[in-house]
Amino acid sequence: MSTFTATDQPPAPTAPAARRKRRVPYWLLLPGILWLLVFFAAPLVYQASTSVQTGSLEDGFRVTWHFATYWDALSEYYPQFLRSVAYGATATALCLVLGYPLAYLIAFRAGRWCNLLMVLVIAPFFTSFLIRTLAWKTILSDGGPVVSTLGSLHILGLTDALGVTEGHRVLATPLSVVCGLTYNFLPFMILPLYTSLERIDGRLHEAARDLYARPLTVFRKVTFPLSMPGVVAGTLLTFIPATGDYINAELLGSTDQKMIGNVIQSQFLRVLDYPTAAALSFILMAAILVMVTVYIRKSGTEDVV
Amino acid sequence: MTATATTRGSGTDVRLTGISKTYGAFTAVHPLDLSVPAGSFFALLGASGCGKTTTLRMIAGLEEPTTGTVELAGKNVTALPPYKRPVNTVFQSYALFPHLDIYENVAFGLRRRGVKSVKKQVEEMLELVQLGDLARRRPQQLSGGQQQRVAVARALINHPDVLLLDEPLGALDLKLRRQMQLELKRIQTEVGITFIHVTHDQEEAMTMADTVAVMNAGRVEQLGAPADLYETPRTTFVANFLGTSNLITADVLGTAGDAILLRAGDTKLGLPATRCTAPARTGEKLLIGIRPEKITLTHADDAGTIADGRNRVTGRIAQSSFTGVSTQYLVDSSVATGLSVYEQNIERDTRLVPGAEVVLHWNPGHSFGLDAAQNVEAGTDVEAEGAG
Amino acid sequence: MNPLTRAARVLRRNLVVIAGLGTLGFLLLPNVIVTVFSFNKPNGRFNYEWQRFSTDAWTDPCGVADLCGSLSLSLRIALWATVGSTVLGTMIAFALARYRFRARSSVSTLIFLPMAMPEVVMAASLATLFLNTGVSFGFWTILIAHITFCLSFVVTAVKARVMSMDPRLEQAAQDLYATPLQTFRKVTLPIAAPGIAAGALLSFALSFDDFIITNFNSGSTVTFPMYVWGSAQRGTPVQINVIGTAMFAIAVLCVLVAQLAGRRRKRS
Repeated sequence: MSTFTATDQPPAPTAPAARRKRRVPYWLLLPGILWLLVFFAAPLVYQASTSVQTGSLEDGFRVTWHFATYWDALSEYYPQFLRSVAYGATATALCLVLGYPLAYLIAFRAGRWCNLLMVLVIAPFFTSFLIRTLAWKTILSDGGPVVSTLGSLHILGLTDALGVTEGHRVLATPLSVVCGLTYNFLPFMILPLYTSLERIDGRLHEAARDLYARPLTVFRKVTFPLSMPGVVAGTLLTFIPATGDYINAELLGSTDQKMIGNVIQSQFLRVLDYPTAAALSFILMAAILVMVTVYIRKSGTEDVV
Repeated sequence: MTATATTRGSGTDVRLTGISKTYGAFTAVHPLDLSVPAGSFFALLGASGCGKTTTLRMIAGLEEPTTGTVELAGKNVTALPPYKRPVNTVFQSYALFPHLDIYENVAFGLRRRGVKSVKKQVEEMLELVQLGDLARRRPQQLSGGQQQRVAVARALINHPDVLLLDEPLGALDLKLRRQMQLELKRIQTEVGITFIHVTHDQEEAMTMADTVAVMNAGRVEQLGAPADLYETPRTTFVANFLGTSNLITADVLGTAGDAILLRAGDTKLGLPATRCTAPARTGEKLLIGIRPEKITLTHADDAGTIADGRNRVTGRIAQSSFTGVSTQYLVDSSVATGLSVYEQNIERDTRLVPGAEVVLHWNPGHSFGLDAAQNVEAGTDVEAEGAG
Repeated sequence: MNPLTRAARVLRRNLVVIAGLGTLGFLLLPNVIVTVFSFNKPNGRFNYEWQRFSTDAWTDPCGVADLCGSLSLSLRIALWATVGSTVLGTMIAFALARYRFRARSSVSTLIFLPMAMPEVVMAASLATLFLNTGVSFGFWTILIAHITFCLSFVVTAVKARVMSMDPRLEQAAQDLYATPLQTFRKVTLPIAAPGIAAGALLSFALSFDDFIITNFNSGSTVTFPMYVWGSAQRGTPVQINVIGTAMFAIAVLCVLVAQLAGRRRKRS
């Protein structure tokens, strides 16, 4: 009925259909990649060129390979740089501390309320974040609920001494800016945390408990390590925009809380010193890329994106 | 049943010529020739990674063969894309469209071929697989067995010349599996379409198929009716993969008429020459095989009662386990250790306990002979799980 | 057991619930303030301190100059940015998820970089391009900027969905006589649809609410966030709160209706 023997046949020639199929991804990529090259990559080149130009608005700018702009920018604005990193890191840490319990609650304890809680986390997005940030101005204002609560507890003097408040004020202090940053980027921490927590098999908790782990140990040895991808993604999604932000510093801070974003914005849009703005942008970008790369290496999860 | 009446006996033969598939340096399927007669239920049996699924996908057109041709009813279809081939597939884990309900899943193929009124056919087909009242459910709302029947209905409604089944029962539990095996066999007999069934379950292959091809490492080891494969395996792989075999290495003493005379240790054994696939040259070695259920176990004290002319091996029981229908013994003997013996639980000899001295004896006509140059262990420990 | 230790135990067991709800309160507090202050009648130009209850702003939401104009401009930009970024991003996502090709990792990097970069850097560099090439700022520069930064998010959302899709579904369609085009229309696209919808929704939200990139690339064109920003300097009309509250209410209502509909469909 049938036989099975080895036969030697040359491989079938590549059909034109197969060749056409191989070109499909390139056609799919073409428009989008072209767009990114023109409107994302090319601008960076223009900016690089701008950063080494000198000149004035009236006479125009010319490329003179004036790298000193970088040095000048850095030596003049390093306090803002350091402040940005410090604020960004503090806000990220606060987001993690505040966001983790909520993500955990939604993932494991909410039951049928899970969807409702999720909606409530996302819902604030639908009100413009500027409006919501302005609301913090009301909350933290001198006559607002926070200051009056602290006042009625008679601890404003204490908080002043600790440097949390200044002159019995909350608004226009580092506290108010960090609070605004934390608030604005908190959902970016909660969502990835929730995603990675939700993937954890509930039976792992039971297995850990069965193997004599106390609740806190279960968290330390099982839950938290398994949620690391979410922690890494969340901290990146929070730290990067928080460090480059200038809206919170502008609306909730004073001149003493200016961040590097404020400097870039004013150099570009008000002072019109384009080379300095470009140099500052590049320094910020490089600093963040370096920090992010080191962080991803350290955390050992290369596949966060 | 009317839905399928028109297709009765409309099966088509499938012929693979020199077909092979390589991925870079890895050869999934070595060049093989295979022909499946029209209307037969054909099984490709093998462990995971043996190339059986790749072979099936080349017939479906989902995989382009590296060499060779696929013919359906004498027509070369090698260059045809899957949607132009008159074959349909029941996929592993079914691949039911999650965004369509059962009705639309079943109607999918008809609609693609431009059939206008699908209602009657779909309803009849759903009746055939007994899912008429679930037509508007989504696949994920169905149980595994129901999903499986949808997958079969979705393929069969197109009256394909050949139905390909890729581990269609792999996701079901044992009981449902047995039930669906009979069901599929019934449908095949009813519609008369050629079925090619890929499975790693040797019992499933033997229950359902007319012809089984046992595949190993990208090659067909042996092909034939289930009983023939079981009775006279041609390789150690087939002997061990299909059921259990006791394989004993022996020296050829010579031939006597139709029988080959062998010696293992100081034990003389007989083997019909017709049941030996390897050349038997005096002085060389052969493997003599015997299935565990063909061996009779007699306590050494009763050795005198054993009829003459039977192959005998003496040994000691190492282990016994009671399985209900039978008792399974492992016996260590001078010719081989760990020989398997299955004894029907009709009249149990209470002396047959571990440690007892016994004689194993069987009709020489039940033995089979294999080439001794093969690995005796081949096919014993194969992981029989997952995709092939 | 004495009631105090029992209370302490309940508290300890539900610590995570209490902390989580506290965070939720922190997240929602500004929305409460925005809503309450939409009924305020401030004395000066700024709506930061509570004076007295009034529904004036609610009865006349467009009563301040340019407010509703900026709102409709933002909606138009968000709509077109969504269309543009969803089309381009979906194509890239399919290429990345479904095909092996050279330069695949470079493409992934190019997609990732815009998300890994502070917005202000992207904003300034894009504005540099427009300044250098003499493009005048306005509707088009805003739209281009928005499509550029939404693109990566669409790619990420759609790619995740397409990657998690069982390739056997498309093979099954082909096996059932669907041509490649029909397979795409009848199987691939419907199954990828939730990912595409998520990407589109995200684009709309990001574009509608964007301030930083718009601030650098708008010239004198005023979108809704730009309007709010300006009002923080000039004086905040109560109408801003009205619009914020209305958007919040509409969005929550839409989500709830969608959820209820989904639940009913699941039940039937």
